[in-house]
Amino acid sequence: MPTSRSRRYRSLGTRAVPYAAIAPAAVLFAAFFATPIGFAIYMSLRGVHVKGLGLDPHARVEKWVGTRNYSQALGDSELWHGVLRTLAYGAFLLPVMLGLALLFALLLDSARARLTRFARLAIFLPYAVPVVIASLLWGFLYLPTVSPFQPLFHFLGVPMPDVLSNSTILFSVANVGIWGGTGYNMIVIYTSLTALPADVYEAAKLDGCSEIALAVRVKIPMVAPALVLTGLFSIIATLQVFSEPTTLMPITKTISSTWTPLMKIYNDAFGRNDLYEAAAEAVVVAVMMLVLSFSLLRVVNKRAFGDN
Amino acid sequence: MAVVPVVAGAADRAKPGPAGAGRPGRRSRRSRAGSPMRPAMSVTATALLALGSVYTLLPVLWVLIASTKSSASLFTTSTAVPGGSLVANVKQLNGYRSGLFWRWMANTALYAGGGALLGTLVCGLAGFALAKYRFRGKQLFFNVMLGGVMVPAVVLAIPTYLMLAKLNLAGGYLSVLLPSAAAGLPYGTYLGRIFAASSVPDEILESGRIEGAGEWRLMLRIAMPMMAPGLASMFLFQFVGIWNNFLLPYIMLGDDRKFPLTVGLYSLLNQGTYQPAVYNLVITGALLSVLPLIVLFLTLQRYWRSGIVTGAVK
Repeated sequence: MPTSRSRRYRSLGTRAVPYAAIAPAAVLFAAFFATPIGFAIYMSLRGVHVKGLGLDPHARVEKWVGTRNYSQALGDSELWHGVLRTLAYGAFLLPVMLGLALLFALLLDSARARLTRFARLAIFLPYAVPVVIASLLWGFLYLPTVSPFQPLFHFLGVPMPDVLSNSTILFSVANVGIWGGTGYNMIVIYTSLTALPADVYEAAKLDGCSEIALAVRVKIPMVAPALVLTGLFSIIATLQVFSEPTTLMPITKTISSTWTPLMKIYNDAFGRNDLYEAAAEAVVVAVMMLVLSFSLLRVVNKRAFGDN
Repeated sequence: MAVVPVVAGAADRAKPGPAGAGRPGRRSRRSRAGSPMRPAMSVTATALLALGSVYTLLPVLWVLIASTKSSASLFTTSTAVPGGSLVANVKQLNGYRSGLFWRWMANTALYAGGGALLGTLVCGLAGFALAKYRFRGKQLFFNVMLGGVMVPAVVLAIPTYLMLAKLNLAGGYLSVLLPSAAAGLPYGTYLGRIFAASSVPDEILESGRIEGAGEWRLMLRIAMPMMAPGLASMFLFQFVGIWNNFLLPYIMLGDDRKFPLTVGLYSLLNQGTYQPAVYNLVITGALLSVLPLIVLFLTLQRYWRSGIVTGAVK
């Protein structure tokens, strides 16, 4: 921070410097964050009115329709099915992914594990694989005709379970997310673990704490805030799931084109060409996500930090 | 999955302390490894880590083996036995619509590289201004940018397309490049501010001013090079974020000659629904597109970790 004296003598040109430095960021933000949000809200309140039989090219006029798109979106059972499916998907994926990430981070941090350098790299590696390619690879592993698990099950004498059936597909899609996200969250948690002050461990050791007790009583509570926030951001990402099911769609008929809310919005916008309805759905989903993440944050904050 | 903001989240547990706060603690704790160990515990822990590694490496190993098989033997031979068709597969991929695959790769490099470069420069400048200047509206600007983290991609991608379509800009390179660069703004500005505050001492700026250097010269010639390691890891995160983004180019682009790899491979797989003969192309393509990123990832490990450490510890 410049001292007050140097600021007093700064010329007008100099005073403009910080504004010029933030200008590119502000322009990009305005163009690709603020304007699209505003545009989505505007579109969600508009609709097409068809005059007469709609044969005349000027018969289709855009006009204000109030909250019509919203009542339509809120009454759309397909959208709600997608929302419920996504919540179930998240309810399975998040605890497994974050649980595994925490487990691996604690193992990496434990003095008693070997192979840690290799495991850290191997488990973090999927971060370098784009979601679409990860889904594509798993998709092939799920296909009975090419899956490497097929010979394994054959050897065991049991048929390979159909992982692309109605009852299993949710887990198969979630597995792709777990595979891709565990390593990154592991590194985040591991990094906070290595940053914990050493004297805490010394104290616990003097008290005769075992490695497991140390993990449960000392390490987990101390990285809890990091866990809460990685969890929160993972929830936001999970509810936006689009790439995994979309990529798996070509290999299974079990996934419909409206399987998740995002797929439904995409389908309404480009499949059915109802941009207004899609805009209203996007706003509804965004508001639900904001409400959910804020209320989760409040609840978790109270429980995790309330007693302190 | 939008993984990058996770670090921003982790930052909120922030404990004040020097950048390397993790190091001394870690080292002194590692010395505990010398204490007597219980082998049973060590076996369980090591076995769990090994299992985790098998799980994560499995699809990668599979694609390595599968890419050596012709489309006929893909369905007939054992999955564990490599075939001898890797070269043939690459040649076939080469020949697919006169080298379209390599165009996708070049496009990916352009979108991810160009977008990340632009994003990093913009965030670096803004971060520096936020860390080193006092000006009206600073806190407002910072809060608004950070708020962007909470905006779901869904509210952005489709309206951005509609907006650009109205301006007749959708479908071009810029229609992917610019929104991609913008997507990293909230987190990038936040990181940029931290990097500038921690790596550029005020004294250096002050002495530069006393010697009569202009503000821009200070910023571009002195501050930016000092922030270089931080900017490098910011570049990597943005690169991966853009490379990973499927929805935006999928919505924005119609011409498959402008596709990035992810959308291109998806369109190839989509054809495979009707003709599994292209599966070997998809598999070889997946291998070839993952390899550069894995190499980048292994060689630049240092920067990945410094980015995460900055986000998580600061």
